[in-house]
Amino acid sequence: MSHEAGLNAKGLRRDALAERLILFSLSGPAVLLVTMTMLVPVGWLFWLSFLDDAGGFSLEHYQRMLVQPSYGRAFRITFEISFITTAICILLGYPLAYALSQLPRRVANICMIAVMLPFWTSLLVRTYAWLVLLQRQGLINTWGIKLGLWDSPLALVHNLNGTLIGMIHIMLPFMVLPVYATMRSIDRDYLKAAANLGASPTLAFWLVFLPLSLPGLVAGALMVFILCLGFYVTPAVLGGGKITMVANRIATDIELFFNWGAASSLGVVLFILTGIILYAASRLVRLDRFLSGGGA
Amino acid sequence: MNDKKRSVRRFTALILSGIALSASAYGAAAQQTLTVVSFGGSYQEGQSKALFQPAAKALGITVKEETYSGIADLRLKVKAGAVTWDIVASGSGSAARAGAEGILEKLDYKVIDTKDFLPNMATDYCVGGDVFSTVLAWNTKTFGENGPKTWADFWDVKKFPGKRSYRKGVAGALEPALMADGVPPNKVYEVLSAPGGIERAVKKVKELKPHVAVWWTSGAQHAQLMKDGEVDMITGWNGRFDVVAKDGAKVAYTFNQALLDYDCFAVPKGAPNKDLAMKFLAEISKPQYQAEFTKYITYGPTNKKAYELGTIDAAYAKKLPSYPENAANQLTVNLDWYIKFEAQAAAAYENMLSE
Repeated sequence: MSHEAGLNAKGLRRDALAERLILFSLSGPAVLLVTMTMLVPVGWLFWLSFLDDAGGFSLEHYQRMLVQPSYGRAFRITFEISFITTAICILLGYPLAYALSQLPRRVANICMIAVMLPFWTSLLVRTYAWLVLLQRQGLINTWGIKLGLWDSPLALVHNLNGTLIGMIHIMLPFMVLPVYATMRSIDRDYLKAAANLGASPTLAFWLVFLPLSLPGLVAGALMVFILCLGFYVTPAVLGGGKITMVANRIATDIELFFNWGAASSLGVVLFILTGIILYAASRLVRLDRFLSGGGA
Repeated sequence: MNDKKRSVRRFTALILSGIALSASAYGAAAQQTLTVVSFGGSYQEGQSKALFQPAAKALGITVKEETYSGIADLRLKVKAGAVTWDIVASGSGSAARAGAEGILEKLDYKVIDTKDFLPNMATDYCVGGDVFSTVLAWNTKTFGENGPKTWADFWDVKKFPGKRSYRKGVAGALEPALMADGVPPNKVYEVLSAPGGIERAVKKVKELKPHVAVWWTSGAQHAQLMKDGEVDMITGWNGRFDVVAKDGAKVAYTFNQALLDYDCFAVPKGAPNKDLAMKFLAEISKPQYQAEFTKYITYGPTNKKAYELGTIDAAYAKKLPSYPENAANQLTVNLDWYIKFEAQAAAAYENMLSE
């Protein structure tokens, strides 16, 4: 009997191995593509960041970052802007997704198109559109002054305000989509059960609905935050040269030093910092799942 | 119907040009081909029509044009040992640094004739192609025709209240600051080279910082800012302002205390057709080509003889940066200073900006 089971197990193991090999070969092209277009160039830039002009090993590019305060400031403003953008996206996106999830499906789908349309429009186009709207003689200032709402043009763009407006607009769909998907998948019976047990609608929302929608919220927030870290065009166009994020600084350094190493060292630091945040957040997400699973 | 006819015609034209192309590719086997790289846009279009294609015809060669974004691209090619370009267009400062770094070939001035060039516009590694100025420009709606005339006026926010725009990069940003601080133009680089000079200039820019609405990064941007009336006073490259002024922008500028600079052509280290490249540079440095180029943008010739040919309209010539009377009021950008101090100055400038 045990002998038979052993034979069978051997056969099963062989089958499993063959199946795994086939599956792996199916993913081969994708693995190759990622290796060629992502791992190799990133590794190469990583390597370059440790070379000086003459091609010898050197930490000068990293030293420069420590010595000159402008680099630290670029990192600080990058994380600040990403954090503020994510926070405002949550404040705007969560209620919007909630409202959409309460609508009948057909109406909600039509409303989703309104959310998706800007998402499908080029980032560059939307950024310049904001410039046209927000500048001194732009639409908003012209109308505001004509209607007597304010007297002299407001500084809406070429500063932090403009950068945030542009980035929030671009990032909002990345927040709404995962949150909305999670909310749609929440079983309404849980809320009815909560009401049955005497919870007011507000209490049911806080105790049942919000915890169940948290994984979507965390996923959306992570996506927004990480995409924000790499923004280049929007701060360059709407920041008026006052907002230097890491990506902008990379471009400046390439022009100034003619040197990929100087620029890629910045990329390496941003990459590592982002990795740390991703890791920390992934622990958090798992914790959330555990909590919401326990709560349900 | 009309549309259809047009598209058929376009299709035929496409096929014909395809045949012509392959024919010229055949011809190129016998004919020599030179690859020339520039910055694209209306600038390269002007170069192509006025310089590259006519010169190729005159020499009986084929010129292939490409576009690049700057010396960093070339550096990569040279380091990789894969140089396919014969001639690159460049700003004078970048070329000077690239030359010092060893990624450009020395130019052969036995072949290229620069005896009629303006002073200092042909260096070991780069021969001047056109002259431009970094000027003080203002919104004529805000200040009328009696606008600011000097850099001291640019800094004087009481006499000329209004929003400023200044360059985000350090190139051409420190010289005006020192002139505004009372340094005579001919002493500017002396002060900048002395200890504390860079700090003095950066401090002066910092003084203006609260009034700077936009720190511009490109020529297209500073032209657009004036077109939109976003700022009242700005620094920038003269040709760009002329282009938007023609488009109806309310902008005027002065050559007084402007910075005279030039764009140039260089040969990359290890260029495949180095000798032919020298001959080509000799050809496009001739006055008749340079005179023709001014028709496309208000950048002046580096070859003084271009003014004497009579092909540049007399009234138009007075608008060009290198026109003798205009050049006399300007400070010529000192490339040696940039080779030595640009990285250091950029660090100080960037720190001031990010404060």
